[in-house]
Amino acid sequence: MSDLTNLTIAEARDGLTKKAFKAAELVDAHIKAVEKARALNAFVTETPDLARAAAAESDKRIAAGSARPLDGIPLGIKDLFCTKDVLTTAGSHILDGFKPAYESTVSRNLFNDGAVMLGKLNMDEFAMGSSNETSYYGPVINPWRRKGSTTKLVPGGSSGGSSASVSARLVMGATGTDTGGSIRQPAAVTGIAGIKPTYGRCSRWGIVAFASSLDQAGPMARTVQDCAIMLKSMASHDPLDSTSVDLPVPDYEAAMTGNVKGLRVGIPKEYRIDGMPAEIEALWQQGIAWLKDAGAEIVDVSLPHTKYALPAYYIVAPAEASSNLARYDGVRFGLRVPGKDITSMYENTRAAGFGREVQRRILIGTYVLSAGYYDAYYIKAQKLRTLIARDFDEAYKKCDVLLTPTAPGPAFGIGEKTDDPISMYLNDVFTVTVNLAGLPGLSVPAGLNSEGLPLGLQLIGKAFDEATLFRVGGVIEKAAGLTPRPQAWWEA
Amino acid sequence: MSVDKDTVRRVARLARLAFPEERLEPMAGELNRLLAWVEQLNEVDTSSVEPMSSAVQLSAKMRDDVVTAGNMAADVVKNAPLGEDNYFAVPKVVE
Repeated sequence: MSDLTNLTIAEARDGLTKKAFKAAELVDAHIKAVEKARALNAFVTETPDLARAAAAESDKRIAAGSARPLDGIPLGIKDLFCTKDVLTTAGSHILDGFKPAYESTVSRNLFNDGAVMLGKLNMDEFAMGSSNETSYYGPVINPWRRKGSTTKLVPGGSSGGSSASVSARLVMGATGTDTGGSIRQPAAVTGIAGIKPTYGRCSRWGIVAFASSLDQAGPMARTVQDCAIMLKSMASHDPLDSTSVDLPVPDYEAAMTGNVKGLRVGIPKEYRIDGMPAEIEALWQQGIAWLKDAGAEIVDVSLPHTKYALPAYYIVAPAEASSNLARYDGVRFGLRVPGKDITSMYENTRAAGFGREVQRRILIGTYVLSAGYYDAYYIKAQKLRTLIARDFDEAYKKCDVLLTPTAPGPAFGIGEKTDDPISMYLNDVFTVTVNLAGLPGLSVPAGLNSEGLPLGLQLIGKAFDEATLFRVGGVIEKAAGLTPRPQAWWEA
Repeated sequence: MSVDKDTVRRVARLARLAFPEERLEPMAGELNRLLAWVEQLNEVDTSSVEPMSSAVQLSAKMRDDVVTAGNMAADVVKNAPLGEDNYFAVPKVVE
């Protein structure tokens, strides 16, 4: 009872089932933790009253013996998911005051299964960023600090409010979205687990669109098993998203057998990039050794087009974003800045409403889609995508799953990389290939560096084979033997 | 393919973004750096490669062609910054 906020989702579920505590107590403990952690700036909107009401409903169902899979579990929802009648900002000024009249399919699935929302989580504006520094609502602070230092570090991005609030024990799990690494990279640098499912596994309906051919929702939680529990609820076929797939959603928890004997694990040599810190390389080798010890077979594979993934991404994603963000016009929702005619009203609204990174990407996207450049840029990038996906197909003839680092380094300081967009984009060098090919990727907390900061390993799977990722991820997590928990300096 | 100030002005206009004169030049520089970086894609011969049209090779599921939602005008206009009687209001566009 002493520390309800340190339980995993699986443990909390057991405690609620055995009536060791009530959902109301579990939720209250987390509401208090949220109130004490405002220094992290992880929430855009807190919804304690809604949470208490939902917890009361959960307690009624539990008492009646009709508990649902996530009854009473306190979660945070990334502010990219539309939540009915609750402010939804996408981290942008341009959505000022926007209260959706509908619920996103993923959040509705979670709430239908009994999950309790504590609030809406801060994020990079329109999910464009790798450090949560582009949010209109200010940067989120990583609960982790370098040993002996008070320097504020970034929590990764774009799901930085999600990673920080899960790591700091403010929520038991959170939703994230991942267009180029926005679940896995923040999970890695805050010492938690996070999975980007296969494109189509979760419905995109009601999620503010960034790059529609790459965006995918997924869970972030402190253990691989907790991610498995959450994804089971989040995933569904949805008539409202024609790209969501009508495939059965496996029991991911049951897939975590702990047995990887004979499984072939591919190590892509192209992920050994120039200038990779020795500690990342060492962690990768450690991961290989753990899986070998567990009976897996290690196979060298090649993904020859890896180096073209980031530049291809920085054509495809801005192109799709420039099109998706055309809807913010000052007419239908959010901010409106007057002008002398309708065009200047549009232009003034968008200039005031979008931050610098979003404007940069809209301009790139508009440029590469403009007459005369479409073939040279967009089609060229889509052809590279075909080649990148083909690389994975070839690799999967020799292996069942791939193991790589998640991010090229640990959390960095706020402001350290904001001057150079390309150096910021390089944070996604290991994660972005997966989005371009539509595959699932799981980040597992695997170690701490010499400064005491968390590092993650990434598992990449075949399309719709999330089950194998959970199985292998569970083995790595157990071998690492960590339950990384930051010191609660923010409560002081 | 180098971007100059006038190109930024034109693209900003296409994107309906008011862009102050003094930011055109720096933005041209930023776009040129990015475009130079993505230039490396031209190292790859893609003449016989099809562009990807869908990340996942599954055919879209069809549904019955029936009305599934509607009659929610109040919800649709609820978030409009300006409007009345279930209409969006915009500056005058026709003289």
